[in-house]
Amino acid sequence: MGSSAPSAAPVDALIIGAGVVGTAIARALAQYELSCTVAEAGNDVGTGTTKANTAILHSGFDAVPGSLESRLVRRGAELLRPYAAQAGIPLERTGALLIAWTPEQAAQLPEIEDKARANGYLAARQIPADQLYAREPHLGPGALAALEIPDESIICPWTTPLAYAIEAVQAGVRLELRTRMLAVALADGMHEVRTSKGLLRCRWLINAAGLESDHIDAMFGGSTFTIQPRRGELIVFDKLARPLVNTILLPVPTLQTKGVLVAPTVYGNVLLGPTAEDVPDRSDTATTAAGLSSLLDSGRRILPELVEEEVTATYAGLRAATEHRDYQIRIDAGRRYVCVGGIRSTGLTASLGIAEYVVEQLGAAGLTLKERGATVPPIMPYIGQAGTRPYQDPARIAADSAYGHIVCHCERVTRGEILDALAGPLPPADLDGLRRRTRAANGRCQGFYCGATVASLLRDRADVRSW
Amino acid sequence: MVTTDVLVVGGGPAGLAAAIELRRLGVPDVLVVDREPEAGGVPRHCAHTGYGVRDLRRVMGGPAYARHYRQAASAAGAVVRTQTTLTDWVGPWSGDSGPVQATLTSPTGIEAVQASAVLLATGCRERPRAARLVPGSRPAGVLTTGELQQRVYLHGERLTGRAIVVGAEHVSFSAMLTLAHAGADVVALVTEQRRHQSLAAFQLGARLIWRVPVWTETTVIEILGRERVSAVRLHDEQTETDRTVPCDMVVFSADWIPDSEQARLAGARMDPGSRGPIVDTALLTSLPRLFAAGNLVHAAETADIAALSGRHAARQMARFLATPADAASEPRTTVPVTVGPPLQWISPSVIRVPGPLPPRGRFVLRSKASRPASHLEVRQDGTLLHRERARLVPGRSVQLAAAWITRINPASGPIHVDAR
Repeated sequence: MGSSAPSAAPVDALIIGAGVVGTAIARALAQYELSCTVAEAGNDVGTGTTKANTAILHSGFDAVPGSLESRLVRRGAELLRPYAAQAGIPLERTGALLIAWTPEQAAQLPEIEDKARANGYLAARQIPADQLYAREPHLGPGALAALEIPDESIICPWTTPLAYAIEAVQAGVRLELRTRMLAVALADGMHEVRTSKGLLRCRWLINAAGLESDHIDAMFGGSTFTIQPRRGELIVFDKLARPLVNTILLPVPTLQTKGVLVAPTVYGNVLLGPTAEDVPDRSDTATTAAGLSSLLDSGRRILPELVEEEVTATYAGLRAATEHRDYQIRIDAGRRYVCVGGIRSTGLTASLGIAEYVVEQLGAAGLTLKERGATVPPIMPYIGQAGTRPYQDPARIAADSAYGHIVCHCERVTRGEILDALAGPLPPADLDGLRRRTRAANGRCQGFYCGATVASLLRDRADVRSW
Repeated sequence: MVTTDVLVVGGGPAGLAAAIELRRLGVPDVLVVDREPEAGGVPRHCAHTGYGVRDLRRVMGGPAYARHYRQAASAAGAVVRTQTTLTDWVGPWSGDSGPVQATLTSPTGIEAVQASAVLLATGCRERPRAARLVPGSRPAGVLTTGELQQRVYLHGERLTGRAIVVGAEHVSFSAMLTLAHAGADVVALVTEQRRHQSLAAFQLGARLIWRVPVWTETTVIEILGRERVSAVRLHDEQTETDRTVPCDMVVFSADWIPDSEQARLAGARMDPGSRGPIVDTALLTSLPRLFAAGNLVHAAETADIAALSGRHAARQMARFLATPADAASEPRTTVPVTVGPPLQWISPSVIRVPGPLPPRGRFVLRSKASRPASHLEVRQDGTLLHRERARLVPGRSVQLAAAWITRINPASGPIHVDAR
């Protein structure tokens, strides 16, 4: 897998990018008699736009009606709900409340409800202030009304691409990590892709490179979109804040941004964010003093008690925004090239819908799709807060005492789970990878208690960085 | 189901000292649970000396001090279970509804425990970088002193490269020594304060022996680096200029916060200043049968003071256990103690009447601002009860003698402590 040199034997399909979109396409193609490779520049799946988002499974109520995004978000959510249940991906249907704080915003609620209907979402309904405060008693003063969207859910953004990738790899897809695409040329009817790890040859190339998707598109003569990275800073609050909020609290969106939300996470924390700032650098995921302080100001208005709680983490993600208001999915049958670009913050929700759509397009463009029997989703280690974790499971501890040995106290991660992740089908490359697989060292103490022990477990593996 | 007279949560100096004292006072069953592989708490990974002065009347290093308490607790007949976490409270806390029930998780399984009284001695930790809202990227190489000490002293890690220590309190100098011991080069200690908050000797030693400067009135405004820290950006308050200092590690020291999750989950009332549970002079929380001691109620005092706090709680718990149930549930008179700025908190913050003096006959306070020559004034309903000289330094312990509590009037409302 990741550590070996790429094989020079040509494959039917090469996917560039192992984010949630690339891995979903790999999983979809693994259902057919095709050879497929995923090349990822990072050292793990889901390390770009995928890992740092608001972790929401959208209902698609607020998409642009008639857009491809609207359609694929709906379809993606429809596919991801049962998939998550099968694979053990943490998912909670908390619902959302889109809150009007001004008379102008209140006047917009009927429009937003109409838009939801135009998107085929019929369950949204307006509720008055008294019902809103009954549902969210800790909400700051001044809310006038809300639109309830009962199907908005929270999901684990880390387990999802890992599940797709493991399912694909177990069905024979090759995953090449630390493999950055540098250039492409056409030779003998094949794409010859030069990467940081050598040459890869393929019949079809699928560009799912997220923040780099326009650069790769340009290599294929595309010039229809430019990625304008939009940085979103977020603050994760202590689990002790979790009782303050029951649902996802959304603001009324403006033309520029969907605004700052407050949402529970599947790990039992509360998320505040994101900011929205266009940045020139496609790798600039630094938080800023101004960004964090503006979030705290917003948080103080939405949920005043929240900002009195301790902060567990701050981070920033980059959304792959473009000048267009829709996904940039385009197939070029002549060049045997598919562009899956401009997948903005809804990519996690839409991933399985996008993958299904891309496979349909490939079939229509002449790729022979011969089914070889459906692959089986892996059963992922459960890292959510709502279900039963290993430390809570007497049978699990009786079978192996390592599941009763809590190493990370804040997140209650056991030695057994850490050893499983290190021995798993797609092991982490560093501490961040372990955090995404287990939650270890992700809690309020950020390693004060467990950092040294977790590092020593990582050091036992020569191929994993302990820092 | 395990049944015990007292369940002590946390086997650091406070918890173990309490267990020893409870046994000495004849309490039959004392169970201490500690979630680490070895009890002893933070001193286990503090290589420097200075432990044991007030509680054991001798001076020793951290690991030896932790070992002393482990052995003394076993010798006293307390049961100490390690790698054991209190994972859940069971049952309501409203009113005195009988023994406390909890769930313990360890490699041997999940077990219910029932205790007539519980002592929370879960200690404190340093606020990590994220909680201090220090902006920038999220590279590896950013850690707290606690993690640093465990890496070096418990896991034998060698460190290379340049390190910046954030903070200039006692523990910051300990971080400096740990880094030097492990092979790293300490570039500087940086603090927002106008001067360091530790002992003059530490700062002089840092400058002369280790050639480490203390940069005062300096704030870390950004952490730089992709996979690994490459530099920090610093803001100098005096010159109002920023500069970038290359380094490979950033150690965030001090800025202590109680590990109060169990107290919160139990439903104990919390002190917004100290962020630990509110306790009275008997170290009882707002919940019946739930006591709290050590750095959970005053983050952070030295280990000997934490141990003496544990010993004090033990005496009060033994008295509680010996009191007939109907007398124990009688309403008690309590008088709250509040502080005015720049004072941040006082512990204990409730006086129990009648009741004991606080541990060591003193209240413990913290100040947000520096007031080298100040007086603490204690008033009730405008009447001055006590006045005492105090040197206020942020992060440094301030003590207030408590003999005046015998003169308060339980009916005259709260006690207020001000710095003049």
